[in-house]
Amino acid sequence: MALLEVKDIHTYYGAIHALKGISIHVDEGEIVTLIGANGAGKSTTLNTICGILHPGEGTITLDGQPIHELPAHEIVMRGVSQAPEGRRVFGRLTVIENLEMGAYARSDKAGIARDMERVFALFPRLKERAKQVAGTLSGGEQQMLSIGRALMANPRLLLLDEPSMGLSPILVEAIFDTIRQINSQGTTVLLVEQNALMALSIASRGYVLQTGEIVLHDTAAALQENEMVRKAYLGIE
Amino acid sequence: MEQGRATMLAPACSRLLAKFRLKPARNLECRSWASAAQAGLAHSKTWPRYKDVYKGRIMLQRLTRRVSGTTVSMWLIGLVILAVVAYGTYKTLALGKYSLANWTDLIIYGVAQGSVYALIALGYTLVYGILRMINFAHSEVFMSGPFIGYFVATSLDQAGFLDRQPVIGLAIVLLVAMLTSLTIAVLLERIAYRPLRRAPRLVPLITAIGASFFLQYTFRGLFGSGIKGYPEIEQLKGTWPLAGGVNILKTQVVVIVAAVIMLAGLYYFVQRTKTGKAMQAVSEDKDIAALMGIDVDHIIVVTFAVGGALAGAAGVLYVLLFRQVHFFMGFIPGIKAFTAAVLGGIGNVVGAMLGGLVLGIAESLFPNLVLDGLGIPAPYQLKDALAFILLVLILIFRPTGILGERLAAKKA
Repeated sequence: MALLEVKDIHTYYGAIHALKGISIHVDEGEIVTLIGANGAGKSTTLNTICGILHPGEGTITLDGQPIHELPAHEIVMRGVSQAPEGRRVFGRLTVIENLEMGAYARSDKAGIARDMERVFALFPRLKERAKQVAGTLSGGEQQMLSIGRALMANPRLLLLDEPSMGLSPILVEAIFDTIRQINSQGTTVLLVEQNALMALSIASRGYVLQTGEIVLHDTAAALQENEMVRKAYLGIE
Repeated sequence: MEQGRATMLAPACSRLLAKFRLKPARNLECRSWASAAQAGLAHSKTWPRYKDVYKGRIMLQRLTRRVSGTTVSMWLIGLVILAVVAYGTYKTLALGKYSLANWTDLIIYGVAQGSVYALIALGYTLVYGILRMINFAHSEVFMSGPFIGYFVATSLDQAGFLDRQPVIGLAIVLLVAMLTSLTIAVLLERIAYRPLRRAPRLVPLITAIGASFFLQYTFRGLFGSGIKGYPEIEQLKGTWPLAGGVNILKTQVVVIVAAVIMLAGLYYFVQRTKTGKAMQAVSEDKDIAALMGIDVDHIIVVTFAVGGALAGAAGVLYVLLFRQVHFFMGFIPGIKAFTAAVLGGIGNVVGAMLGGLVLGIAESLFPNLVLDGLGIPAPYQLKDALAFILLVLILIFRPTGILGERLAAKKA
């Protein structure tokens, strides 16, 4: 059974019909990517999964349990956490405090300490800046913190929204390496990216979104070869 | 061809240079646009005077663009106010009407009053930090605590318990007041504000004013409009001697000590505990806080509860100083605490504490220090006016308050 099963969800912003029947599934241990242009509904899909938004129709199940009616803070406890678009770290809290917030829903002290070490191992830079206020970090460091903070919930499914946004090519490489590493440690990843080339290079499967609908679904390798994807998203003629 | 166009363009080049008040160099031969520009540049280097005049004019333009007439006049008004304050202070001190002991008295009174303001101001600032709204019903949250506490205090007094066990008696009154205010604050949030969480910001603000009137007149309806005198605690009558022949009222000592303990406790709570940090996280970004597993509604309730409990405690301390309650008693301290919160920088916890103290001291010191010297009769009657003049001045000269951040800019 799929870890995450999104079935035909429709999400609205007031009168705007943002998602028009999205269905995706993510299996345990996979990296799945959603690619598409600005405004295609990628972030809306993630926000609907994690409970910031609620679908007007359709169901979302995690391990067969419906989660689409739960508030966001309860979905975290079920094992889904997100590193949101634009990083959105708590600028006035320190790096450590941000990570502690990531583990807010947990009470197992030993587990939290272990995950803190895991995050510091993945991002040694964060350990150097542990006592620094997050607002003073560079963009790349904030992205690391945002991902680290999401990992502190010890999620089974990690949702990443545009982790490459605004970062230098070298940093993007590093972040994607880390994502692969996180995945190999056993965390399933659902990755939203505009940088389709990078996303498809680490994902096993991909969905292509266009104006709130899924227009393509295939393995990452096949998508990389697909004529339409190559033209529209990879910039290869 | 290229050559021909260059000669054709030469007059245009020099006209252009003239337009920028750059005279062409004597032996200038324009061969192309590039060389013309180069010559112009070289020329401007050899004639620094023109450049300087030009630069000066730009600087003046920039200056006038940035410093408008209004700003200049505002600063002039500011200077005049400062001059008046300085003159008044000088005159008062020169007259020597008050002794050092008088000044110490005033300052201690100001600190006592200010720490009460600080406790109330925290309620405004915590709620503002999280919901970006001013809870104008907070003055009634403040009033309700000591009001209900009054009934407990009088019955304890009649039983003689307040005289036999003043510490326990006071603690009971304090507890009752804090619980009452806490309950009212939490109910306010649940009934009046939560349904309006997604409404435009003006709507909860007006609701808050409505809730404020509702509470005032509910208390008036239930308990009457008269002033009720609090029983006096025998052990807190009189003064304790302080160094240098100054005596300090016992009640003021109790008020200051209690307030400092509570302020320190709150600071610890917000900065160090898990819930306190979650409050900070919610105040920065509610959606993301929810993504961390923080129950935002719960944190908002906690915020109202903490603010309410502090207001209830502040009410008891206020009553220790003034020994009376009535249904309208919250209005002035409430609005002054709001002033204090703005003074310190609304949304900032340390700012609210600081703002409260500064306002309390300013209010108690300035009438005698400044107004007396200016020859104004009965200056102490003007202390409320003074507090609000201070509010207006902060809003004009430093809208972000002493420690405030540019919340408006950040949210925009």
